Amino acid sequence: MPERVATASNPAPAAEPAPRARVLGEDWIDLPQDLYIPPDALEVILDAFEGPLDLLLWLIRRNNIDVLDIPMAELTSQYMEYVEAMRQHRLELAAEYLVMAAMLIEIKSRMLLPRPEKVEEGQPEDPRAELVRRLLEYEQIRLAARNLEALPQLGRDFQPVSVAIEKLAVQRLPQVRAEDLLAAWGGILKRSHMSRHHRVGRQELSVREHMSRILKTLRTGTFSLFSELFPARGGRAELVVTFLALLELVREQLVEIVQTAPYAPIHARLCHVDRPQ
Amino acid sequence: MPVCAMSIALNSLTDVKRILETVLLAQSHPLSTGELRKVFQDELSAEFLRKALDELKQDWEGRGVELTLVAEGWRFQTRPEYQVFLDRLNPEKPPKYSRATLETLAIIAYRQPVTRGDIEEIRGVAVSSQIIRTLEERGWIETVGHRDVPGRPALYATTQRFLSDLNLRDLSELPPLPEVAKEELLPVQSIDPLDHSSQ
Repeated sequence: MPERVATASNPAPAAEPAPRARVLGEDWIDLPQDLYIPPDALEVILDAFEGPLDLLLWLIRRNNIDVLDIPMAELTSQYMEYVEAMRQHRLELAAEYLVMAAMLIEIKSRMLLPRPEKVEEGQPEDPRAELVRRLLEYEQIRLAARNLEALPQLGRDFQPVSVAIEKLAVQRLPQVRAEDLLAAWGGILKRSHMSRHHRVGRQELSVREHMSRILKTLRTGTFSLFSELFPARGGRAELVVTFLALLELVREQLVEIVQTAPYAPIHARLCHVDRPQ
Repeated sequence: MPVCAMSIALNSLTDVKRILETVLLAQSHPLSTGELRKVFQDELSAEFLRKALDELKQDWEGRGVELTLVAEGWRFQTRPEYQVFLDRLNPEKPPKYSRATLETLAIIAYRQPVTRGDIEEIRGVAVSSQIIRTLEERGWIETVGHRDVPGRPALYATTQRFLSDLNLRDLSELPPLPEVAKEELLPVQSIDPLDHSSQ
């Protein structure tokens, strides 16, 4: 689209890039050309620095600087360029780098001052000594970290060996013997017996029918034993009905019950058997 | 049928070695001397046990698997030179730790016990909690106390597990701290300390 092309080729004034640095009262839009790496590369590698000491070490190496004789002015100004670039992209990173910047500037300014003429013991202390000490200590740890990583590491360079034994590999299952099966089957049978349905039926027992049966029994002889009138294999219900039938026969004066003495056997006989006599 | 434990002679080096081999192979984590003696119900003398272990170690010489003594005890492990073949079965590479994590680990390993402040002092940057947590979860560092200063910061040290995982028996077996003479910081053209090709 023509319009869009026009817009793109004429960026609004507001989109003008913010100055990267202010040097001698002059805004620097672009990073100076004599920087050791171009700015876009700088943006990429800033993430790779582990901190201000790392950055300083790198600058020192890149610039062939003797760590014992650091040209503070040069190092500080270069360092500031990086910090400035960093501040624009990763503000949260900048704080630690700014502390280092302050330290560099302090060292630089102390080096500008005349040194005390008389020092009691030995050489006057170089203001850079502490920085050098920290740089050396950091370098040592940096190398030590590299050595540590080079050591063979479990899981990366070698593995623990273990034979997969059943306890670890397979879930242990319960053992079943033939006797267990037999016992289980017995249990099933036992339970099935207990859970059988109990059928409640209605048994027709007629008092009249038993009255007839008793009369027929008594007809054969004169006296019959009371106990013999009850059917030997009858259920409880039948016994009750037999007793009821007997009582009914007595009430109707068809049968009489005789007991000659207390606890003596009870006898029954037909009433009308006597009458004809 | 279970083998009767009594048929194994505890004074026979061969039998003891075979038991040790079985027990150690059945575990993937190291077994301490104490644990190994428990296997024999403390009926073996420490010297005899040590002799058996040393011989067993020798028996496994020249194989792809070796018996080693690490900080946590004895363990069978594969020899590093065969890792390349194991990797072909499982091509997924274990993730690498960042430089920040490794430097933090190095400071704790060589300067322990240290506080976060000590680590930050040496590295010149804040130590993120994530780094500490990563190393703690790996079981490589632990809090061993608190420094008696305001805030009572935790003191970190490396664990036995850290030594075992690096195939070491104790801290003295760590590679010696590199001597960084001041001259060594002199320009060395061939070394790029950042390891990246920044033109």
